Amino acid sequence: MPDTDVGPAGSPDRAAHVDREADTMIQMLTPEGERPEPTGAALEYAAYVEDVTDDDLRGMYRDMVIVRRFDAEATALQRQGELGLWASLLGQEAAQVGSGRALRPQDFAYPTYREHGVAWCRGVPPTALLGLYRGASLGGWDPAEHGFALYTIVIGSQTLHATGYAMGVQRDHAVGTGEPDRDAAVIAYLGDGATSQGDVSEALVFSAVYNAPVVFFCQNNQWAISEPNTRQTRVPLFKRSSGFGIPGVRVDGNDVLATLAVTRAATERARSGGGPTFVEAYTYRMGAHTTSDDPSRYRIAAEVEEWKLKDPIARVKAYLARSGAADEDFFAEVEAEAKQIATELRVTCRALPDPPPESMFDDVYAEPHAVLDAEREEYLAYRAGFADDTEEVRT
Amino acid sequence: MDHDPKVVLMGEDIGALGGVFRVTDGLQKDFGEDRVIDTPLAESGIVGTAIGLAMRGYRPVVEIQFDGFVFPAFDQIVTQLAKMGNRSAGRVRLPVVIRIPFGGGIGAVEHHSESPESYFVHTGGLRVVTPSTPEDAFWMVQQAVACPDPVVFLEPKRRYWDKGEVPEGAVLRSPGDAPRPFGAAHVARPGADVTMLCYGPMVRTCLAAAEAAAADGTADIEVVDLRSLSPLDLPTVMASVRRTGRAVVVHEAPTTLGLGAELAARVQEGCFYHLEAPVLRVGGFSAPYPAAKIEDEYLPDLDRVLDAVDRVLAH
Repeated sequence: MPDTDVGPAGSPDRAAHVDREADTMIQMLTPEGERPEPTGAALEYAAYVEDVTDDDLRGMYRDMVIVRRFDAEATALQRQGELGLWASLLGQEAAQVGSGRALRPQDFAYPTYREHGVAWCRGVPPTALLGLYRGASLGGWDPAEHGFALYTIVIGSQTLHATGYAMGVQRDHAVGTGEPDRDAAVIAYLGDGATSQGDVSEALVFSAVYNAPVVFFCQNNQWAISEPNTRQTRVPLFKRSSGFGIPGVRVDGNDVLATLAVTRAATERARSGGGPTFVEAYTYRMGAHTTSDDPSRYRIAAEVEEWKLKDPIARVKAYLARSGAADEDFFAEVEAEAKQIATELRVTCRALPDPPPESMFDDVYAEPHAVLDAEREEYLAYRAGFADDTEEVRT
Repeated sequence: MDHDPKVVLMGEDIGALGGVFRVTDGLQKDFGEDRVIDTPLAESGIVGTAIGLAMRGYRPVVEIQFDGFVFPAFDQIVTQLAKMGNRSAGRVRLPVVIRIPFGGGIGAVEHHSESPESYFVHTGGLRVVTPSTPEDAFWMVQQAVACPDPVVFLEPKRRYWDKGEVPEGAVLRSPGDAPRPFGAAHVARPGADVTMLCYGPMVRTCLAAAEAAAADGTADIEVVDLRSLSPLDLPTVMASVRRTGRAVVVHEAPTTLGLGAELAARVQEGCFYHLEAPVLRVGGFSAPYPAAKIEDEYLPDLDRVLDAVDRVLAH
C-alpha cells in the first residue's frame, strides 16, 4: 500500500490505518453472541465448523471458563508469594481454546510462555505449568506425550523449532497421505512482538521454501509489554506473510468458533501438503504482560473497557443461553467445576516440592561429562561438610 | 549416513557445490536433497530448524560455512540447543552436530579466521571437540554424530589440506570402535621437560616446535592434543604436568579468557606442588583478528611457542 496512506511513526494516523483492516477479519460469533449466516470471507471457513454441535460449543465454553479460572488462581498464587511470576492469558481464551481444539493427537504445538489454554487442550496438567513460574522446574512436562513443546521464553525461537519439526514430519512421509491419523501439522504460537524477531522471518523463509506443514498462529494481543503494535509493524500482521509466499488470514481471536474454523483450515492445509499458513488472531491482553508489569503506565483504561465488550467467554455464554443450548444449571456446573479445579490447583501448587539442589547437574548431558561430574562431586562433598557441622551442634 | 537413515546434513552450499571446503562433496548426489539439505542463508534458521528436526527424531549435522558466521546462530545454540536436555529433565535430547571450519592462517578476508571455541566451552550442555589430524577427524566426526548430546565440532580449516591415512569405509558402530575415546586427550609426543597443551590447528605447530627444541637440545617437550575442549580431559593434563613440572598452553584464540586461562587455573589447582614455573599462555591478541597480510604476527608460530618454552625453562 502506498506510503501516503500512513502518517509519521507513532502517529494516530498509523494506528487508524492498521485498524481499518479489521473488516477483513473472520468472525462467526458476534460479541453479542449472535451467529449470523456466514458471508464473504467467513463463508470459505464455514465448512470447517459445520460439524460443530451444541455439545462441542458447551465443551469449548467449559474449557474457556476453566482456563480463565485457573489463570486467575495462578495470578492470586503469585500475589500470595507462591509463584515468582505469572503470565496471564486473560482475554485470549478463545484464541487458545479454538486453535488448541483444532489440533489432532499426532499434531505438535510449540508455545510461547502464555499458552495455558492450548496446554489445557493438549492435556498438560495445570500444576505442571506452574512449576516453571514457581521456580521449581525449568520444564515440567513431556513434550512427546502431549504433542506440546516446553514453554519458550526467548521470543520467536520456537517458530524455527516448529518449522524444523515440520521438516521432520515431511521426511517421515506424514504429510499428504490422506490417512487422517497419519498426516500431521505443526503449530507455532507467537505474539505480535515476536513478528519483529529475525527468527520469525527466518522461520517464514524456511517453511515457505520447503513447503513445511506448519501453521504460524500469531495472537495479536495489541501489546508487547508496553509497546503497541504500531512499534512492530506498518502493515496488518496477517499481510506480513504474503511477501514470503505464505497465505495470511486474520481471525477474530475472541471468537472461539471462528478461531477453530480458521485453525482447522490451516492445519488441514498443512497436513494435506499445502504448506504453511500464517494466522493472525486479533485479540487483546486484558491483563498485564506478567505479574511484574503495570499496564496503567502505558495504556488507557478506556481501551480495556472497550475490549471488555468483546469478551470471548461472554459471547459464547450469550449464544448458548439464547439458543437454548445450555441452561442455568449447565453454567452453574461449569462454574463449580472451575472452582474445584482452582481449589485443587492451590493445593497442588503449594505441594510442589523444591527440587534437590544437586538436581541442577542432572540431564545437562545424556552421557558423562567429566568436568561437570567432578563439580557435582565436589559440591556434594561441600554440602556433606555442613551436614557434619549440623550434627555436631545437635550433639 | 548409510548406517543411520536419521542422519541429515544441513547448511549453505553443501549440496551441488559440496560446501565451500567440499567436505560434503558428492553426498547430495548419493543421499538426495531430503538428507543433504541446501538451506537458506540464515544461520539461526539452520540451527533452529535442526533443533526441531532433532525433536522429531532426526540427527542433523549442520555446517556453518565459516567461524565468523556462527554468531547469528549463537542464540539458538546457547539458549535453546544447549539447555533443552536439562530443562526437559532429560525428556528431550538434541543430538545435533554443528560443524564449524575455524581458525586462521589461510589468508582469508575478515570474519573467516576466528576461533570462537571459548563461547561454546563456557556454555553448559554443549560438547566441544576439535581434531588435529585426518585420522582423528575421520573417527571424531562419527563419534560426534553418534553422541546423544549437542556437539560443536571445530574443523581447523588450515589443516584441511593435510594428508593422512584413514581407514576408508570404516564405520563406527559402537563408541569403542574408535581408536580413542571421544572426550579423551592424547599425548601426541611424549617428553620430559615441558608439557605443551594445544588443540586443533596448533597441534602441528607445537609438534614442529618440539622437534626443533629437540634438535637443538633446548628441551624435551611433551605435546598433549586436548581433542575435547568440553569436557576437558583434566586427568591426562594433570598427569603430564606432574611429570614435567612445566606447562605452556597454545591456541589461536585470544589469550584473554581463552582455554589457556582455564587450563592455567586448573593446572595450578591440581599440580601446585609439582610446578617449577608459572603456566604460560601463547595465543592470539585481545584485538580483532587482523588483516591477512599480518595474520602470521597474530597467530602463534614456532618461534613464539619456543620463546614461551625458554621462559618456563628459565625458572
